[in-house]
Amino acid sequence: MSSLERADVARLATLARIDMTDDDLDRLSGQLNAIVDAVATLATLDTHDVPATSHPIPMANVERDDVIEPSLTPAQALAAAPQAEDDRFRVPQILGEEA
Amino acid sequence: MTDWIRATAAHMADALAAGEVTSVSLTQAHLDRIAAVDGDVHAFLHVNADGALETAAAVDADRAAGVSLPRLAGVPIGIKDVLVTQGLPTTAGSRILEGWIPPYDATVTRKVREARMPILGKTNMDEFAMGSSTEHSAYGPTHNPWDLDRIPGGSGGGSAAALAAFEAPLTIGSDTGGSIRQPASVTGTVGVKPTYGGVSRYGAIALASSLDQLGPCGRTVLDAALLHEVMGGHDPHDATSLRSPVPGAVAAALEGASGDLSGVTLGVIKELGGEGYQDGVKQRFEEALDAARAAGATVVEVECPSFVYALAAYYLILPAEASSNLAKFDGVRFGLRVERETIERTMAATRAQGFGDEVKRRVILGTYALSAGYYDAYYGSAQKVRTLIQRDFAAAFEKATVLVSPTVPSTPFKLGERIDDPLAMYLNDVATIPANLAGIPGMSIPAGLAPEDNLPVGFQLLAPAHEDARLYRVGGALESLLNASWGGQLAGLAPELATSAGEAAR
Repeated sequence: MSSLERADVARLATLARIDMTDDDLDRLSGQLNAIVDAVATLATLDTHDVPATSHPIPMANVERDDVIEPSLTPAQALAAAPQAEDDRFRVPQILGEEA
Repeated sequence: MTDWIRATAAHMADALAAGEVTSVSLTQAHLDRIAAVDGDVHAFLHVNADGALETAAAVDADRAAGVSLPRLAGVPIGIKDVLVTQGLPTTAGSRILEGWIPPYDATVTRKVREARMPILGKTNMDEFAMGSSTEHSAYGPTHNPWDLDRIPGGSGGGSAAALAAFEAPLTIGSDTGGSIRQPASVTGTVGVKPTYGGVSRYGAIALASSLDQLGPCGRTVLDAALLHEVMGGHDPHDATSLRSPVPGAVAAALEGASGDLSGVTLGVIKELGGEGYQDGVKQRFEEALDAARAAGATVVEVECPSFVYALAAYYLILPAEASSNLAKFDGVRFGLRVERETIERTMAATRAQGFGDEVKRRVILGTYALSAGYYDAYYGSAQKVRTLIQRDFAAAFEKATVLVSPTVPSTPFKLGERIDDPLAMYLNDVATIPANLAGIPGMSIPAGLAPEDNLPVGFQLLAPAHEDARLYRVGGALESLLNASWGGQLAGLAPELATSAGEAAR
């Protein structure tokens, strides 16, 4: 497994939609690299014949009756919206100039 | 005159039923205590004085009218700020949710309201439950009532400190890797992580969905059991909610209170002790084992060799799931928005300003662990380690009724000591994480004070999935044996907190 460089952190931050200043990158990159080194111990473990566990208590096909239940009104759902218009969430333009 | 804030929740419930005290006076006594000490402790992010007194007055009126009431009706409670509460601010300790008033109740919030328990307020926590000290709360840390310069544990440090400071008799926590048990350990209180799915997670702001579990916090095993039975049960709104009945926690705690442990085998987990554990922690743990033996228990050692990989697996699975869960905080539907020209720029600016460093670290780590080319090596391997850990537990439970260890390797450290060293912070949870990876229930009870620093030590009990009642049975017995050795609840031995004018004036 490879270590995590400053440029990798910058790229991951873009993917995760978190703006990072140079200061942020300086501060977080070293810490993240140390964490990645620590979790990389898993690479030493032979697990090729071990099944994965994604959920601790096995469950399948969890269903309930398809009945309509009370839900939030549009006014309730929009009450905490940063911006709303015509019963919808209002956001800035979706595509940038380059699109 | 009874000092009501120091009473157990069970005693409060009995006294309310017998008409010896009113809920309004109980609730007011706790609000006064909060006013007097919370400036120093900072266990609460929001105090719901009017709402709590309103519930209390309604309970008193119903009781006077002869209406049949739930057992804990009128007993006040604090709720960790990770649970949404309609009409009450909910932040999960994050700036990104500052000022947000949820439009609905979590299932557990609803159950607390149906149990007619006055809600004193919302307790402080590490941002989105990421941390072991509350130092990652965007609103400032909680201070340990045993020593205000020390951490109260985390992420549920507010819920634990509120109990230790007698600001609430019961609180609710959430435990993803130890966030109920580790704060209980370092504050000398009791905390329980139920079997995964035992308590509905609907309306609990998700950290890592395959690990998160809500649970009860109290100063005694019986009090935690009473709250467990209020919180637990199947909920159609949570697809991971168990259909099995709520474990008989109260009956088990009462059975345990006799102190008899004959027929019980305690399995000491070899990998969770020894090197790296503080001397006083080891000493109090060994003394608790001696007390158990004297009460008829058999003590054996069990080996769980895969546990050495638990921390690494946890710090891959948790960030991976958290990075996905936290994608919803995007400045579109609720919470903070930092407006930019496009929505993508808005999201990135909002999350930069709204998230603290620990959240950024874990979201980036999770994004990395899930990215193409690394998924199998990281997330895939971690999920296989989960299987190995479950196998270790299954083999160990063949030999023992419950498994035991110190809850935390050390007593509480000083605020600020590990804030710049995430790996050192993560080591706090080394003994609590395996239970979350396997989905099994766990409990921390006080094991006394470490001789070298007079600070609380926790004793952890673990049971097989669905066997939460074993924790209450064995934990209740150990508690009664240990309390007898130090003359009452451990929390009663904490140094007196300075009180501000608020309490003195009353």
